[in-house]
Amino acid sequence: MATAEARPPVEDWATDYDIFDPQYYTDPGPIWADLRERCPVAHTERWGGSWIATRYEDVEKMARMVPALSNEEFIVVPPVPLIDPETGEVLRAKPVAPPISSDPPFHGVARRLLLRAFSPQAIARFEPYTEDLAHRLIDEFIDKGQCDAAVQYAQQIPPKVISHLMGLDETMGDTFIEWVRNVLEIGATNPEIRVATGVQMYKFWSQEIERRRAEPTGDFINWLMDQDLDGEPMNDEHVRTTCGLLLVAGIDTTWSSIGAALWHLATHPDDRERLVKEPELMPTAVEEFLRVYSPVTMARLATEDVTVNGVTIPAGSRVLMNFPAANRDPEVFPDPDTVVLDRAQNRHVAFGVGIHRCAGSNLARMEMQKALSIFLERIPEFHLDDRAPVTWCGGQVRGPRSIPLLFTTN
Amino acid sequence: MKVRVDPEKCQGHNRCYSLAPELFVVDDYGYASAAGDGAVPQELEGKAKLAAANCPEYAVIIEDEG
Repeated sequence: MATAEARPPVEDWATDYDIFDPQYYTDPGPIWADLRERCPVAHTERWGGSWIATRYEDVEKMARMVPALSNEEFIVVPPVPLIDPETGEVLRAKPVAPPISSDPPFHGVARRLLLRAFSPQAIARFEPYTEDLAHRLIDEFIDKGQCDAAVQYAQQIPPKVISHLMGLDETMGDTFIEWVRNVLEIGATNPEIRVATGVQMYKFWSQEIERRRAEPTGDFINWLMDQDLDGEPMNDEHVRTTCGLLLVAGIDTTWSSIGAALWHLATHPDDRERLVKEPELMPTAVEEFLRVYSPVTMARLATEDVTVNGVTIPAGSRVLMNFPAANRDPEVFPDPDTVVLDRAQNRHVAFGVGIHRCAGSNLARMEMQKALSIFLERIPEFHLDDRAPVTWCGGQVRGPRSIPLLFTTN
Repeated sequence: MKVRVDPEKCQGHNRCYSLAPELFVVDDYGYASAAGDGAVPQELEGKAKLAAANCPEYAVIIEDEG
């Protein structure tokens, strides 16, 4: 992206960090290790200004500072209103995705609504679809002896599972991938693209609501329309923003996690062989991949002065919830940068901690377990194809975007 | 050994349920509690400890009996 490439290089990560810098999203570990020692609560003026912590203790404390660190603004860049280019109408003053964007007491209402749809039992209903999808994706490339594990596999699973869960055709998956990339990846540093996509999504959800109002479908979107909000009737904007949340929070997060795990296994043959031989390690292995390759850095807005590790963050500041760095803190995790498939002590906070714990974590975990188990079962031996580069993408969601693999199967 | 979940602390991460499904049950919202009376068969003591050591809310509590 032109604007992103044109900016000056980071001089000092303690005073000038940039989470959209390729150095940061390709290998942030050394940067966090340096900051943890030298400046555990860092600040930058870039992208509208923000603060970031790197120690587990500080990040955990910050996550629980509700509502002093408010979720009213949850993205790292300043919000822009959603304006319909055709009519000039302000559709939404700033991004909304309840309950991520909600503070108590409304947070609890929006959260309870979603938790029922994302409990382990509710998610178990989507296991057969996810398994079938994983097999179908592998069928496409298994005879070729090569694939891009990010583009052809990891990236394909969450959007199609989410489409299926919501009651939409899985062919919407490609559109969802494009929208999510426009909002989170390309759009993070490009407000025009972000807004144009936001308007498209707004209109899409409005149409889906209207369609179900005319002819009920009994799917997730329909179910959502029929719920109430703590006694108040459901409104279209809550349905639209909740559906938007499912896409923005449920797609490239999980695709990043599946991709990062496959990249790890492609570059660490000992771990790959062990997981093939000991599939019963999958539950702890998934938690360990989540710890080391946590994709998500949430943002909050300080509504009052808060003090973290002796540093006062003034009211009005944007604050980053650096869950990925917390999960690499050597004070909490011995040998933090190493993946230990059966790590026993693992209170990682990849899904956050406290009342804003990721509502979709059961879905993400199920998708990761199925995607990794089935890949290893069908393609137990694979390694990177050195002829093409592995690329990473970052910002508030970090993960590999291209993982060229070579493999042989019997 | 017995295991229990502090309902005040549980945020529904389901890490306990994922790692030790034999020892925990979850309600319709995904909040966990101990299965049955929380008694942990000897062969599952390792799993109970694993569940406690993975809860980011410190909600899974192990009570040793004797």
